[in-house]
Amino acid sequence: MSSRRPPGFLLALLTLTLSFPASAAPTVDEIVHHANLTAYYQGQDGRAQVKMTITDSQGRIRKRRLTILRLDESGSDALENHAYLGGQKFYVYFHRPADVNKMAFLVWKHLDRDDDRWLYLPALDLVKRIAATDKRTSFVGSDFFYEDVSGRSLDEDNHELVETTKNYYVIKNTPKDPAAVEFAYYKMFIHKTSFIPVQVEYYDKAGTKYRVARALEVKTIQGFPTVTKARMENLRTGSATVMAYTKVEYNIGLDDALFTERFLRKAPRKLLR
Amino acid sequence: MDSGKQSAACRKLHAGRGFLLMLLLSISAYGEEPALPMGLGGEEPSLPSGLGLGDAEPDLPPGLDGGAMDALEESEVQASSLEISGFLDLRVGEWLDSHSYLENRPLNEARLQIKMDKAFPAATIRLTGDFIYDDVAHDRGIEPENGQGWLDLREASIAFSPIDFMDVKLGRQILTWGTGDLIFINDLFPKDWHAFLMGRDVEYLKAPSDAVKVSLFNPIVNLNLIYTPRFDADRYIDGSRVSYYNATLGRIGGTDAITKVKQPNQWFHDDELALRLYRNLGAYELALYGYRGFWKSPGGNDPVSGRAIFPDLDVYGASIRGPLAGGIANAEWGYYDSRDDRNGKDPMINNSEQRLLLGFERELATDLTLGLQYYLKRMEDYGAYRRTLPAGTDPAHRSRQELTLRLTWLTMNQNLIWSLFTFYSPSDDDGYLRPKVHYKYDDHLSLELGGNIFWGDKPQTFLGQFQNNDNVYFAMRYGF
Repeated sequence: MSSRRPPGFLLALLTLTLSFPASAAPTVDEIVHHANLTAYYQGQDGRAQVKMTITDSQGRIRKRRLTILRLDESGSDALENHAYLGGQKFYVYFHRPADVNKMAFLVWKHLDRDDDRWLYLPALDLVKRIAATDKRTSFVGSDFFYEDVSGRSLDEDNHELVETTKNYYVIKNTPKDPAAVEFAYYKMFIHKTSFIPVQVEYYDKAGTKYRVARALEVKTIQGFPTVTKARMENLRTGSATVMAYTKVEYNIGLDDALFTERFLRKAPRKLLR
Repeated sequence: MDSGKQSAACRKLHAGRGFLLMLLLSISAYGEEPALPMGLGGEEPSLPSGLGLGDAEPDLPPGLDGGAMDALEESEVQASSLEISGFLDLRVGEWLDSHSYLENRPLNEARLQIKMDKAFPAATIRLTGDFIYDDVAHDRGIEPENGQGWLDLREASIAFSPIDFMDVKLGRQILTWGTGDLIFINDLFPKDWHAFLMGRDVEYLKAPSDAVKVSLFNPIVNLNLIYTPRFDADRYIDGSRVSYYNATLGRIGGTDAITKVKQPNQWFHDDELALRLYRNLGAYELALYGYRGFWKSPGGNDPVSGRAIFPDLDVYGASIRGPLAGGIANAEWGYYDSRDDRNGKDPMINNSEQRLLLGFERELATDLTLGLQYYLKRMEDYGAYRRTLPAGTDPAHRSRQELTLRLTWLTMNQNLIWSLFTFYSPSDDDGYLRPKVHYKYDDHLSLELGGNIFWGDKPQTFLGQFQNNDNVYFAMRYGF
């Protein structure tokens, strides 16, 4: 991959455009969909290696290493008519720690019903189906939820643009079914030019902020602005998880057949290294 | 120049200055000039709480702050194609019952597992071996077929894809299919019942097969075909480590009544064939199964030698698994065709059976999962069985029904796992309890405390026969 820096004058130009507000302000719908696309749907497929560092309130550290493969069913990155939206398939392969080494996790994410999830346990050669009703449970013991990793359906919340700052659209999201989630609402700071959700803050019924996600580092990869380091902090427990993404690649031409039982049992090694 | 420092400086500067500074900074980034030291940058204090309009807006992360938006650094070292992993497992158990015919302890062992995977362009070779010091076993010579002795070779296989839609795996391997949770109908691959009942890790319930597995994939239906050229029996209960009901003696026996067997062992003659046809239909997984081979644990007696035998067995079955009522439901059926006793008149050989399993699993609350199963074994030709039963033998019920319950509760960020698995048979009034607590101390070390508790009304029922084997165990495992 080329690591040539863009010429300075181009950056200066970019900075210029950053400094002046866009002429036509986007609607709330456009903002949240653009952010959704940027966070979860860029390219037709993608892969990344993930290093996860979980630090609890007492400073004890646990690390996970995994590879994530993703395939979008929509075949489009267009925002018009929400054409980018659609089902997605994820393949997660665990490298570390030792007790989960070579385990593989397959998710078929659907927009209209519960996800299908399978876990492969290599020591038993067992393909286990996993119930996926609760998406707001910890992903592999970290502070991230399944929903943080694979995305939360925009239809589940009402979205409101509460503020436009120099850098951000600030969106307040209120759940349509408050009983189904642990938060009363969450605020997203969406970067105005890249549409990256830079910070997401979750508030409880008392209005107390208890959970914060933050993009720590952004890189542009194959033209896609990509969060390459993110942190989730649980303010109640004092625990925090940092996910660092490396070897990020888009549009690598993943085959749909990869996301089946065949490759749970026989990991696609070339794609996982 | 250190890009981390540079981008941190960029962020701070950006917070305080407008586009002129940004312009300068961009040029400096391009020209690789040193960034301004801290303190010289226009650091502006953020508003204290109460003065701002609610929360201050977050700083832009590096990459969005107008600093260098450089391409991805290749920080990952290319993983080598040889992977080595494994663990050291120390395990000690204690009987809760007093015995006259078993060893002092159910378990007292150290086990080092070394797992090696080597990927070549056209094939993957996998070797997994357990080096064992087993203080309870008397005979420490290696028996590669049944894993006894100081080496248990779990896997020695080569996997390749000769054509796009075909996978082949040849050699020693662990094999599993079917939908049950610790109940197997159409999975006739070898099990290690000793390991399961004595408190080894649950992965040891599965014993390896020496087989070739051929898989064919296409959009209509996928096929797995597994050929085992020489019969791989279960590591069945024989009285050496776990006491059981010995039908010949008509009582529970242990080391005083070790089962003597006559095992089919001729290469390419006493072979096994297992196949599975499967596909997904929406969210549902459908499968058909077939098996030709032998009862995997002793299923009869040879009246001449008095030895236990493994009579011929064919199995046909089907299964379905998919979402239901916010959880996962499964149903599996199998017909056990005991080919050496088709009419059920031979009292020395198992009758044919229908087997049915219904299961359901769902999350009750965050990190708390409940699994329920109903399992039915129904004897065919029950009249013939009753008529030919030797006088004085207590007849088995025609149907054995079992209910299982699994509760799994993950606590302390999923590092402390409480689990309970219960088998209970209302028809035979016997049961089996497997409580367990597992703690992941860190990324390498885990501790486990568990037990195996049996009860039964009669000594000859499936679980009642183990009633003197109640045990607890403690394990420490270091993974690498």
